[in-house]
Amino acid sequence: MAQSIQSQTPDSVTDISWQSFVRDWGSDQRTFKHVPWGKAMMWIFLLSDTFIFGCFLIGYMSVRMSTVEPWPNASEVFALNMFGHDLPLILIAIMTFVLISSSGTMAMAVRFGYAKNRKMTTLLLVITAVFGATFVGMQAFEWTKLIEDGVRPWGNPWGAPQFGSTFFMITGFHGTHVTIGVIFLLIVARKVWRGDYDTGRKGFFTSRSGSYDIVETTGLYWHFVDLVWVFIFAFFYLW
Amino acid sequence: MAQAQAHTEGQQHPISIYLWIWFLLFVLSAFSYAVDYYQLQGMLRWSLILIFMVLKAGFIVAVFMHMMWERVALIYAILLPPLFILVFVALMAFESDYTVGTRLVFFDASP
Repeated sequence: MAQSIQSQTPDSVTDISWQSFVRDWGSDQRTFKHVPWGKAMMWIFLLSDTFIFGCFLIGYMSVRMSTVEPWPNASEVFALNMFGHDLPLILIAIMTFVLISSSGTMAMAVRFGYAKNRKMTTLLLVITAVFGATFVGMQAFEWTKLIEDGVRPWGNPWGAPQFGSTFFMITGFHGTHVTIGVIFLLIVARKVWRGDYDTGRKGFFTSRSGSYDIVETTGLYWHFVDLVWVFIFAFFYLW
Repeated sequence: MAQAQAHTEGQQHPISIYLWIWFLLFVLSAFSYAVDYYQLQGMLRWSLILIFMVLKAGFIVAVFMHMMWERVALIYAILLPPLFILVFVALMAFESDYTVGTRLVFFDASP
């Protein structure tokens, strides 16, 4: 039985033909083969989250295109005076590098997780969480500065009032995602450090034992947060 | 097949590929920042922003999120639906164009 299934759906990861797609979806079995259920569910959740952020960015595009007032120049609004120079967007650039670095450490944490290297996995997960917390801290600083400058969801000193509402909504929602991610990372780091995925200790919430797949699932969420930032950086700050 | 073997034991890929992508993302982000720093404008600015954005997003999804090593059943299921967002973008672009047109007519404001 297992043999015949195997021959029907060859386990070739490099099979990128559409026939492979049809075979998997029409197999009358689980569709996502060789993928832990948690990972498939995380991907489907991320797909729905993609639509949420997509709607936010489309809303931003609509109000920016339809306003008759000038849009504030992000390059100047987010400039900071550092080392005696007014550097455009410098804080946002640093935040981008911090978030990319956290994605790098996360990817390595997944790798060490599957190698069952508990010490390195925990360390890298904690470093990722620290980068994430740094990002949220910088965002709090950015919000404080803008609020002091007079930016409100209903208006700002430089032009179209929609600037404030879209800014607070989009970066606020993204920052919330990062915050949740940091909490999620710390929970998983604690579980890895304690050896839950080796001893089969049951989770406090799910009452099921997990495996190192969970590090990868957490990683997917974390990389998604970085991915959303790529789009926010391009459309909100650079455009 | 080495790749298929690695796949069945979970996603295990050499650290070097992650470091390499990390480095590329740094470089691409620096390029994006340079677009603003040097105040490039017009079509050049927008096309560069989009190119760097798509490349960064592609690297993150393909390598960091392991999509390039997944089966097509998952790749298509996750990556095709977001294309509908582009349809939505087109619809709202038309709509916004109409809105700004009517605003200009009725408020008699100059953009």
